[in-house]
Order: sequence, then structure tokens, then C-alpha cells
Amino acid sequence: MKNLNRRDFFKTAALGATIATLGASSVKGAEKILSENRIGILVDTDVCVGCRHCEWACRTAHNLPTPDLETYSDNSVFIEYRRPDATALTVVNEFENDNNSLLPIHVKTQCMHCERPACVSACIVGALTKGEDGSVIWDTNKCIGCRYCMVACQFQIPTYDYDRSIDPQIRKCDLCHDRRTSGKLPACVEICPNEALLFGKRSEVLRVAKNRIKRKSDVYIDHIYGEQEIGGTSWMYIAGKNFEKLKLPPLGNSPAPGISESIQHGIFAYFVPPVTLYALLGTMMWLTKRRNKDNDDNENVDVKKDGKGEKS
Amino acid sequence: MIPWPVKYRFFTPGVIILIIIALNGLAFLAVRFFSGLGAVTNLDNNTPWGLWIGVDVAAGVALAAGGFTSAALGHIMHREHYHAIVRPALLTAMLGYTFVAFAVCVDIGRFYYIWHPLIMWNGNSALFEVGICVMIYMTVLYIEFLPIVTERFMGRVDLPEFLSFLNKPIDKVLRYLDSRLKLTMFVFIIAGVVLSTLHQSSLGTLMVIAGQKMHPLWQTPVLPLLFLLSAIAVGFPMIIFESLIASRSFKIKPEMKILSRLGAMVAPIVGIYLAVKIGDIFIRETFKYILIFDATAWMFIAEMSLFIIAFILFLSKKITNSPLGLFSASLLVIAGVMLNRVNNFIVAYKPFFNPSAYFPSFGEISVTLGCIALLVLVYRTVVMIFPVITQERKDLVKKIIEIENSRAGSFK
Repeated sequence: MKNLNRRDFFKTAALGATIATLGASSVKGAEKILSENRIGILVDTDVCVGCRHCEWACRTAHNLPTPDLETYSDNSVFIEYRRPDATALTVVNEFENDNNSLLPIHVKTQCMHCERPACVSACIVGALTKGEDGSVIWDTNKCIGCRYCMVACQFQIPTYDYDRSIDPQIRKCDLCHDRRTSGKLPACVEICPNEALLFGKRSEVLRVAKNRIKRKSDVYIDHIYGEQEIGGTSWMYIAGKNFEKLKLPPLGNSPAPGISESIQHGIFAYFVPPVTLYALLGTMMWLTKRRNKDNDDNENVDVKKDGKGEKS
Repeated sequence: MIPWPVKYRFFTPGVIILIIIALNGLAFLAVRFFSGLGAVTNLDNNTPWGLWIGVDVAAGVALAAGGFTSAALGHIMHREHYHAIVRPALLTAMLGYTFVAFAVCVDIGRFYYIWHPLIMWNGNSALFEVGICVMIYMTVLYIEFLPIVTERFMGRVDLPEFLSFLNKPIDKVLRYLDSRLKLTMFVFIIAGVVLSTLHQSSLGTLMVIAGQKMHPLWQTPVLPLLFLLSAIAVGFPMIIFESLIASRSFKIKPEMKILSRLGAMVAPIVGIYLAVKIGDIFIRETFKYILIFDATAWMFIAEMSLFIIAFILFLSKKITNSPLGLFSASLLVIAGVMLNRVNNFIVAYKPFFNPSAYFPSFGEISVTLGCIALLVLVYRTVVMIFPVITQERKDLVKKIIEIENSRAGSFK
């Protein structure tokens, strides 16, 4: 009996080792290196006039129902602060301009496409992926609808179809993945009549942003929102007003998934801690078993005999 | 003292109330599956997780912790005198995790893809780890329960006439299972404890990624440790609570000797949890958020008070030796852990864009209560069929005679 136990135990340990190597390789695959040429988009809130053509173009490009383009000139929507939802991947909001009350500030909101996205780290099935080009894309064929990406996202961007029971979608900006594969610009960038959106290589876009701030230091505050925020984002903003007042959340510079991932990898660390715990408990079980062996045997016999006696 | 199927009538006024609560929950469930989450819940894009994740999943997993703490005590440390509580705790864990898995299916948008994590892996995701561990652990729990099934039916397979030719083969299968399981059970028992420590802690890691959206009183990198410690702390109180309720409901003498000894172990564990929790608050200097005394702070104070009062109660021998004292003290720990999970997943979640604070809808509450009612009903059914609850032999015989007599009486 003792020998058999031990042999089984070694089998289990061998199995544990196999699982450990499998696990290790899957963790390594998750770290992707971003391309030097990855995308950056600058939103110049000083240039944006709030025409909301980008909202229309975005809906059209993503086959979402939309009213006619003319209706978008209606400024009454600015009364309430709006967020992206299942019907709109991007929205423009209006804020007061402290320097000139006749020229309000407009801020476009959409997925920021973080350099180190929390949603990609969080997604239980890896339905969200960070592309080499910097875009964060959602895969409908994998998603189970758990909404953990929404819990994880610091910008509260992913939205969910609460009214659908079959195939509810997680929706967010995908940087017009389909359009870009056929060589076109993202719909919002293409339609913007004032060139408030600058699309290009992230490093190049950053250089332009810094230049603009330097040239018009009386207009802009010296901060590019998204350059450093939670490890950097693909969409970046420059403005003449504190970003928190423009409802861009004040976030630190450390990547959003950082702590969570290091805890996770600490607990697992190539499956060493769980396997060690298993071995430790096994040893403890074996040692205490030997100590209690006599007691145990007596008790078993007792129960069996009585169990039979009860049957009728 | 042997585990034996409980002999008692199934329907009592309490059971009928439970059935009504369960049916009410099922009605709302039907709406959820036909019309989507929005039709039943108050969830929105700001608050994607609500009552079903906070209570059904997070608190459910914690309250099922009795399964692994009792397995560690009874099987791994071989404390034989605790064997009487291992089976009820195992059943609670088994049904508890089944309930959690069901709750997950209800909450996730694409319930028919629940199996995706099995083949689509993301090693960075805490949720992935929780999901995989829960799935494996649930399987382990069912395997651990198998010997109880073989014990009940070995040599006693008696199917109705037209299926009676299956009696022998089924008996053979049971005997084969029984002999195999006896040799390999230790593998599953240890695996169960390891899997539990893993996912109980990872459940805490879940909310770490919410970052600044979590209130600083709860957001801490030691969340996994706190979750693990509180799960261990609630294990024994949950066993005590259930055992006392079952004894009362089935009119069985409570196992006070074992329960008191279990109770004596609770104070040190709760003490360790409190030490880490309070230490964390002082190290991160978040106690200043308590002094604001807003609604969130009061929720924190309530949670901590439950643990502290329970800790003090469990220190007293007088309390742990009386059924009522033990029951109340255990209830406090259970309430504390439940409130802790609700606080972590719901109260502490403060999104930056939060036009309306979340409060669960009537439908959400109905479904949660309905599931709990269903769980209790299944538990009652299982202990009446399988030898789970340990009973005094002479009481058992007396009860069987009583039932026979009343049956004979009703025919007159």
C-alpha cells in the first residue's frame, strides 16, 4: 500500500511538470513587441470645432444605424455629457473655454488603444489583442461576454449590448481595422474637415504635438495627454485646459495591467508555487497518515461491521 | 455515530417558502435568457459587474471554502475526529461550486461559450485562472463525492422491473469505481486543496486591475492574500452554521463536541486576517478615508465590525461551547465575508464616469435569492438520499420506526 501510494505520487508529480512547461510557453507568447512604426493619432482640441462628422463617419464605417449627416449640426446634444455606447464608438463633447467663452473646447472620446492595454491583459479568452501596429482589436468568435474588459479599462471604453440575449457585442473603436487593411485612413480621420485629427507614426505624431505646444505656448498647456498616461496610448490629446476638466481621467504613468500581471505571474511563476504546495501537502498527508495508521484501521473496520448491521 | 441518509419528511412550511422563492427567481431567469441582461439587471456600461458577480460568484466561492479547509483538516492532517463534518462540508462545496458555475452562465453574455476558456488561454488574466481552477476543482469535488454514491448503492442497485437487467452491470461499475477511488483519492484531495488556495486568492487579484476605479480602502496589492485568508476564516464558521441548521431542521442532536473544537480554531484565523487587513490600511495610510464617514466608509466600518465582534466572541470558551453562541458568532463571520465580497466587487467600484450609482434591481435580487433557495432544496434532497450527515445510531432507528408507524397510521 505504501509503495503504491508513492508510485502514484511520482506519476502525479510528472504530470505536474508537464503542465508546468505547457503553461510557461503560453505565458511567454503573451508578450508582444510593438512595431517602431505603430500608429499614433493626435486630437488637437484647439482645432476641433465640434461638427461631429467623425461620429457620423464612424457609425457608417461600422454599419451602425445613423441619422443623416445634416442632423449632426444640431448643437443641443452638447447639453449633456455623453459617453460611447452600443450605438456609437466615438462621441464628441463640449466644454467651456476659460480663455474665450465664444469658442468652446470639443473633445472626441473613443478607445485610446493603450500601449499596455488592461483589457487585453484581463480578457479571459484573449478575445482582445494588441496588434503590432498598436491597435487593440476585439474578436467576436472568442468573446464570452464576461465584461471583465469593462472592469479593467481605466477609460471605461468597451461597451456591451445589454439588450441582446444572443451574441451581445463588446463594442469599441478598432481604429477602422477593415478600412486600413484596404489602405484607407480611419473614417473619423478621413472625414475631419479641419484636420483636428492627425494620423501617423506615433513617434512622428508626438514630435508634431510637441512642436505645436512650443509654438503656441499661450494656447496649450504643456502636457500631451496619452504620451505617458498608463504607459502611453495611441490616441493623444493636446488642449488649453487641464485635462481632468475635459473629463480625461487623471491616471498615473504606470501601465494599467502591471500590478495585476506581476501578482498573477508571482503566484504561478512557471507553476513552481502550486506544485511545491502540492508536494508539501502530500508529504504532510503521508506523514500524518503513518502516525494515525493504527487508529484509522480500527475505525474503518468498526464502521464497516456496523454498516452491515444496519442494512435490512 | 455513522453517516446515514436523513429520515425526515421532505415538505415543511419552510421548504414550501423556499420553493416559492426559487420559482420567482426562475421566472426572472427566463426573462434574462430571452431578452438579455438589460431587461433584468441594473447593469450598464459604467457598472458592468453587479450583484450576480459580487454575491453569487465571489461570495459563493468564499462560502464554499469549508470544503477545502475541512479536507485539509480531516484528510491531510488526518484529524480523524473531524471526519463527521467532512462530508457535509464536501457536499456544500460541491453544490456551492455548481451554483457558482450556474451563476457565471447567467451573468456572462454568451453563456453558450462558457467552455471557451478551456481551449482559449490567456495566462495574464486573473479571471482565466479563476475560471480554469473553478472548473477543475468542481470536477475534483464531484470525484470526491463519488465514494458516497458507491457506498450508498453498492449491493443495493434496484432499478424498476424493465431496467432490472442493468442492476448487475451498474453494481459492477460501482464496485470498480470504489476500489479504484480508494487508491487514488489522495491525489484528488490534495489537488482540491491546492486548486482552492489558487483560485480563492486569484479571486482577489481580479479587482486589482480595476486600478483607480477601486476605492483605496479596498484596492491593495495584497488583495489576493486577504481573499485567501478570509476564505479560510469563513470555512469552519460555514460548516458550524450549516451543521447547526441541519440538526435543527432534521431534529438531530447537534455535534457540539466537534463543532466547539472547530469553533476554537476560528479566532486565530480571523485574528490573522484582521492583522493583515488592518496592517495594510496603516501601511498604505488609507485610514484617512474611513475618517470621511461617507456611505462607503460606513460600509467599510460595518464589514470590519462584523469581523472584530466575531473575533472577540470566538475567543470565549463560553460562546464556543453553546449552540446559540457558536451559531451567532459563525453567522457574524459569514456576514462579514459576504459583505467584504460585496464591498470589493460592488461598493468599492467607483468608475470615473459614474452618472448613477449602481443598486441591484428587483430581478437581480430575485435571481440570487432563487438560486440560494434552490441550493438549499438540492442539499436537503441529497442528504435524504445519500449518507452525508452523521447521526446517532439509536436516534436513527427510533426515527425509522416512527416513520413506519405514521405510515401505518395513515392507512387506517
